[in-house]
Amino acid sequence: MRTIIFRTIAPYLAALMVLFSIFVLLRGHNEPGGGFIGGLIAASAFAIYGIACGVAAVRRAITLHPMTISAWGLFIAGLSGLPSLFLAQPFMTSQWWYVHAFGVEIPLSTPLFFDIGVYLVVVGSISSIALALEERESD
Amino acid sequence: MAATDSAVDLSQAMRLEPVLPADWLLVAPLIITILGGALCLMTRKNTAAQPKVAIIFLTLLVLACAGLLAHVLDKGVVTMVAGGWLPPFGIAFTVDALGATLALTSSIVALCAAVYGMTDVDNSGRRYGFYPFLLLLMTGVCGAFLTGDIFNLYVWFEVLLISSFGLLVLGNERAQLDGAVKYALLNIIATTLFLIATGLLYGILGTLNMADIAIKARGADANGPLMTVAVLYFLAFAMKAAAFPVNFWLPASYHTPRIVIAAVFAGLLTKVGVYALLRIFALLLPEARIALADIIALVAIATMLTGVLGALAQTDVRRLLGYLVISGIGSMLAGLAIGTTPALAGAIFYAVHSILVMTALYMAAGMMRALGGSYSLRELGGLYRASPAFAAVFLMLGFAVAGLPPFSGFWPKVILVDAALVGGHGWIAGSILVTGLLTTIAVGRVWIYAFWRGGPEGTADGQLVAFAVPAPSAVGANVWLPIGVLLGLVVLLGVQPEFMMQVSGRGASTLSEPMGYLRSVFGEVAR
Repeated sequence: MRTIIFRTIAPYLAALMVLFSIFVLLRGHNEPGGGFIGGLIAASAFAIYGIACGVAAVRRAITLHPMTISAWGLFIAGLSGLPSLFLAQPFMTSQWWYVHAFGVEIPLSTPLFFDIGVYLVVVGSISSIALALEERESD
Repeated sequence: MAATDSAVDLSQAMRLEPVLPADWLLVAPLIITILGGALCLMTRKNTAAQPKVAIIFLTLLVLACAGLLAHVLDKGVVTMVAGGWLPPFGIAFTVDALGATLALTSSIVALCAAVYGMTDVDNSGRRYGFYPFLLLLMTGVCGAFLTGDIFNLYVWFEVLLISSFGLLVLGNERAQLDGAVKYALLNIIATTLFLIATGLLYGILGTLNMADIAIKARGADANGPLMTVAVLYFLAFAMKAAAFPVNFWLPASYHTPRIVIAAVFAGLLTKVGVYALLRIFALLLPEARIALADIIALVAIATMLTGVLGALAQTDVRRLLGYLVISGIGSMLAGLAIGTTPALAGAIFYAVHSILVMTALYMAAGMMRALGGSYSLRELGGLYRASPAFAAVFLMLGFAVAGLPPFSGFWPKVILVDAALVGGHGWIAGSILVTGLLTTIAVGRVWIYAFWRGGPEGTADGQLVAFAVPAPSAVGANVWLPIGVLLGLVVLLGVQPEFMMQVSGRGASTLSEPMGYLRSVFGEVAR
């Protein structure tokens, strides 16, 4: 799979896909998209980069072990259900903050953090599987 | 909420009254295990810190579950709906005495396993994720015990199943993969049946909330498609609980993983299946239970007897204990087959006893291996001389699993036999008693061969064969402590059974008189 065209294009493609996955993640609250599908897109970006440039390059690029990324995702998703504890509301009741920056109203919410957690869990676990499979092939 | 300033009346859709901090105990077990599991996963390269993190979180879990049980005993059935949406649309956690008791027992067992694992699981096992898997397994187990939504029950089953796959293949040995394939295949089939049955149930009743199902199923025609659903559920959970004739996966897989993992599995996994059977057949579909009572009774008797006969035929201690797990499942199913409130209480008490004693016995098997160097009854011998105290511990655990007084197995069997005779089920009562006798012989055989005999098979009477003294760490405090705690609980339940009888009675009366359960979910509104 290491043709010159693929190897040249793969880093740009992967970068674009990661960017797009974040876009999909953020638009997910009110429109189609969200953490799960965004995570899948990002994981396929890593998989493409791995096929083109080798698994070692991917592992260097993402710094953390994929399972550690998953763990962070699980942790963030777990924490996102907790703020309602202090407001005498049931578990996972959504909380909203409207932040005004650069003249735009940015709605932040606990579901957003939950979605980011889901995104990280999916990125971590799927790329962990993908990288393990690709590694076996290149041995 | 985003729409607080609009004119929408939120009280139509949401529960707006403040939630007491004590009600958060309902979800605390899940939050603790998820956050603890995530932390363990992040730090899994740090093999020295892993057990400490896990033990801290599992201690918190035990405290949370104990608090939850106290809360339930104080307030009756409690409900929390995620996000505050009103049931049946919000996803409910509904906890009664049954769920809280089993969650507490399971969390104690998991804590003991984490301590035992400090010796039994080496650094490579820790790097492969023993502690994260253990914590996430507890997420699934506690979630299943605490949820009030049948689809959520399916999700928690998946969580515990995936964690158990990870634990089962920890080490990647050939025999482990062989056992894991059998385990995974049967469990995936069972889970698929469970999902299909849940889909059909949703098609018939249009709801997934357990309390709502209980209300609607009482008005529905029990001979219609609802019976099909009930039979599918019975098959699915019978597989999970390892009931005859779909139990062969258990002895084929439980002897392959590390002994502490086998101990956790033997204690917890089959009991989650039994819990689901109790919940679904006693609370949700009582008419189907009455219609299926004879079949359940037959399955229960066959499970008890085949289990204990299998145990008599084994020479590997771990396989023998696997068959005893199955035999115990039969006794719990007998409680479901009889179906009266005392019988259900007996089944609940038996489940608690079985969780504690089976885990302790598997841990004891690990200790036999550490002392005698083998799991095979042909090669073991002379363990009495190696450790007389341990010989006494094993004998007590053996008496407990056989149901002899004054240990925890005695009282649930008394309740079950009494309930069977009162209900006119002489065959069930007889089977329980015969099983108890045969179990005594099975564990007595282990004790005579492994402890009493002077050495391995072929050693003449009166002879003593010397064997290597094990490394001190193999039978250190990390091994003695969990076995000691579990044995202490087994003796305590045998000597002071009143508390557990009261709690299991509460659990059983919630199952057979579900008004409290329904009121907890839907409020005082008569429906």
